[in-house]
Amino acid sequence: MHAPADGGPVTIPDLLARNVARHGAKPAYREKEFGIWQSWTWAQASEQIDALAMGLLTLGANVGDHVAVSGRNRPALYWAMVAAQRIGCIPVPLYAEAAAEEIAYALDHCGARFAVVGDQEQVDKIADVRDGLTQLDHVIYLDGRGLRKYDHAAMTSYADLQKAGRASGLLDQVNARSAARTYDDTCVMLYTSGTTGRPKGVVLSNRNVIETSKNSSEFDHLRADDEVLAYLPMAWVGDFIFSVGQAMWTGFCVNCPESADTMQLDLREIGPTYFFAPPRVFEQQLTNVMIRMEDAGRFKKWLFHRYMAVGRRVGALLLDGKQVSAGDRLNYMLAKLLVIGPLKNTLGLSRVRVGYTAGEAIGPEIFDFYRALGINLKQLYGQTEATVFITQQPDGEVRSDTVGVPSPGVELRIAENGEVFYRSPGVFVEYYKNPESTASTKDADGWVATGDAGFIEDGTGHLRIIDRAKDVGKMADGRLFAPKYVENKLKFYPNILEAVVFGANRDYCTAFINIDLTAVGNWAERNNIAYSSYQELSQHSRVLDMILGHVSEVNRSVAADPMLAGCQVHRFLVLHKELDADDGEMTRTRKVRRRIVEEKFHDLITALYGGAAEIYTETEVTYEDGRKGKITATLVICDALVAAEQHKVAAE
Amino acid sequence: MDGAAPYVTADGRQIGGVLMDMRGITLRFGGVEAIKNISFDIREGEIRAIIGPNGAGKSSMLNVISGFYHPQDGEVWFRGEQRKPMKPYQVARLGIARTFQNIALFEGMSVLDNIMTGRLTHMKTGLLAQAIWKGRAEAEEVANREIVEKVIDFLEIQAIRKTPVGRLPYGLKKRVELARALAAEPKLLLLDEPMAGMNVEEKEDMSRFILDVNDEFGTTIALIEHDMGVVMDLSDRVVVMDYGRKIGDGTPDEVRNNQEVIDAYLGVAHD
Repeated sequence: MHAPADGGPVTIPDLLARNVARHGAKPAYREKEFGIWQSWTWAQASEQIDALAMGLLTLGANVGDHVAVSGRNRPALYWAMVAAQRIGCIPVPLYAEAAAEEIAYALDHCGARFAVVGDQEQVDKIADVRDGLTQLDHVIYLDGRGLRKYDHAAMTSYADLQKAGRASGLLDQVNARSAARTYDDTCVMLYTSGTTGRPKGVVLSNRNVIETSKNSSEFDHLRADDEVLAYLPMAWVGDFIFSVGQAMWTGFCVNCPESADTMQLDLREIGPTYFFAPPRVFEQQLTNVMIRMEDAGRFKKWLFHRYMAVGRRVGALLLDGKQVSAGDRLNYMLAKLLVIGPLKNTLGLSRVRVGYTAGEAIGPEIFDFYRALGINLKQLYGQTEATVFITQQPDGEVRSDTVGVPSPGVELRIAENGEVFYRSPGVFVEYYKNPESTASTKDADGWVATGDAGFIEDGTGHLRIIDRAKDVGKMADGRLFAPKYVENKLKFYPNILEAVVFGANRDYCTAFINIDLTAVGNWAERNNIAYSSYQELSQHSRVLDMILGHVSEVNRSVAADPMLAGCQVHRFLVLHKELDADDGEMTRTRKVRRRIVEEKFHDLITALYGGAAEIYTETEVTYEDGRKGKITATLVICDALVAAEQHKVAAE
Repeated sequence: MDGAAPYVTADGRQIGGVLMDMRGITLRFGGVEAIKNISFDIREGEIRAIIGPNGAGKSSMLNVISGFYHPQDGEVWFRGEQRKPMKPYQVARLGIARTFQNIALFEGMSVLDNIMTGRLTHMKTGLLAQAIWKGRAEAEEVANREIVEKVIDFLEIQAIRKTPVGRLPYGLKKRVELARALAAEPKLLLLDEPMAGMNVEEKEDMSRFILDVNDEFGTTIALIEHDMGVVMDLSDRVVVMDYGRKIGDGTPDEVRNNQEVIDAYLGVAHD
């Protein structure tokens, strides 16, 4: 019970010690700072971690204390998590961009005694809410800029604390605490972003994290010489598993970008071999490539289209190890030389051996584009409660419409209502201080409800997800309503950033659309359409015409599916603002909070189901610094073309 | 106003003695008197604003401080010494750097190279040594690059380090210009309308950077600005000019309540 069967490492610090012994002189962490990649070997990282762990001891950290960590991805913050584990504390990474009250909720809920943060922005957010946090003892900050004049009674710089730690000589105590940890002790606590209600603190044990990291690393044959770019929020379970769990298990190097804005440049410089990104990042990259190709000369355009066509035909087949004729092989080699190779280099994906996308469905065109480039892009399906992995696609069995086969050690079950259940070594221990939710999510046998509806495909054994189980509903006439299915089809158009479809218990479906400012803005520029604001562009008649075309096309494709033909969008409007996490309309992982959107824009929904041709509306918005403002707009409501439902004719 | 004694501001900044003293400055262009017998001082560590309506002579005054114009009458004292008429590059060596009302960057060069030019006055190796590159010239460039990178980090422009300046939007160009001035590690930084043409968000960013520069490096700053909200928020003391004359001088509050200033420039609210 207290150790893995083979007597191997029991905690992340154990893995760290093993890595120091195995490849102590190999780079473990890199970070770009002042224009140069700074690197730390495993041995150096371990020394940094020990220094901070001893420093925390000098502040009186007890076993079981929670240590919040917040900031952009930086090696020092990853070390802070391991340092906390070294002395029996529980790291709690938080979303760096969360508003002060969200941070306050998490700090209060877990009763964090220490917070290790990146910079002044984070310190200020905590300072705003500190009076209400009786348990918070000390804040440790990394970048002291702007903090010189702050009251340092309960605040220390990271470097100073490490200095104090090194001077204290408490290493024996750190080691003793580390050695006392068991396989079932808490490894980390992560707050789920939650599309509904308050965030929940998911408790993951050492067993969850280590077994999952081991299984998934072996599944994809990850190696010690792999490189990853750590740029996704540290509070997200995926980043914890990729940049801490798997990195520690296999001993690969974690690279941190210089700033959020430089991610694309840093990606290119590092050239990761193992790469993870939500569909949004891939969409953004593809949109940028397409926009730049539109602006290129005729010869370059011709070259691009000619050889991308070759790539589309041959690239994916070669990836899957299928038979390809000698002529096609030669053609693909030319394509690689002239277009694909340079393009991959520009995107920073030249060396990617294993690429994953998850979190949202990815458009088939986007997926095919990257596969055509010869990038082994795969999908996985997971959640925080599963320590990420539920299903993933094995090499050679990659498709855009499934999420793959059960990950090693995972059992799947589909309930009668279509909801997907799983059981695995990664199944979380509990929701912190929330036994009711724990009980309603996980049953006595360890089966966990995903909240997603799906089915296992005959023949291949791949899982296909249709929608959130609670979002799947019925329309007034009893036909199936699956909003996500339609929204995804809409979002696959580069011009559409986000879509929200309504229709439960209604006669027909309607939709809100967000335009993608990059794509539509560029299109407007090329077509000499002048606009002064996002709002004006969103209501421009030619933009509306273009979106109308997209919606009507989606309707045609939806109509072709007999099960879901009722979900055609009859009326829609283009929203005057982007849905935003700061306004509560999305989660920090950018998933739409359907209920809040419905509440906030109920006047617009009423108008969609009324006969109005336009609607005047006032909306409250929150700026990045937390202040609120109001925007007003008159929105045009469009009627889309609805396709005939062919199946009925065929059935009769 | 004697004001020579050092003091500490309400927000904890150290204001020292007089850094630059302008005594009875008069500047003429032919028969036009752009500046008429103006005296004021700039103290070490403070943010000093010069305001006034269009054509009041603000930019001329800044050009006198930067040594670009030589006043016909009056004396300019810098760090306790009277300054003789000198070339702009000599002024730069004294530790005065500036930004311009109309951005003056090298459009075809990258942001990094533009900011590196701010280090020129600190380069000691000769042309030949730099052409050969090995040894001292290389070491010097590395040291200068380090300072430039700190400025890039400070102003948060890492993402555009390698971008040609010509491709940048206006607000960022303004920031790059500030970066180049900062790279010179000036004692006195002159900003000519740093917020002109910016939207609210860009103005807030720029204000933050100006305060941070003053706070972190203790750089003395003299600025011209039209946005009264910005001026009153940022500055320790304000000089008000009108038709080449000084009509007010003091803290933002004093200036705001000065009847002559209200009449000439600020105006009154309509009832």
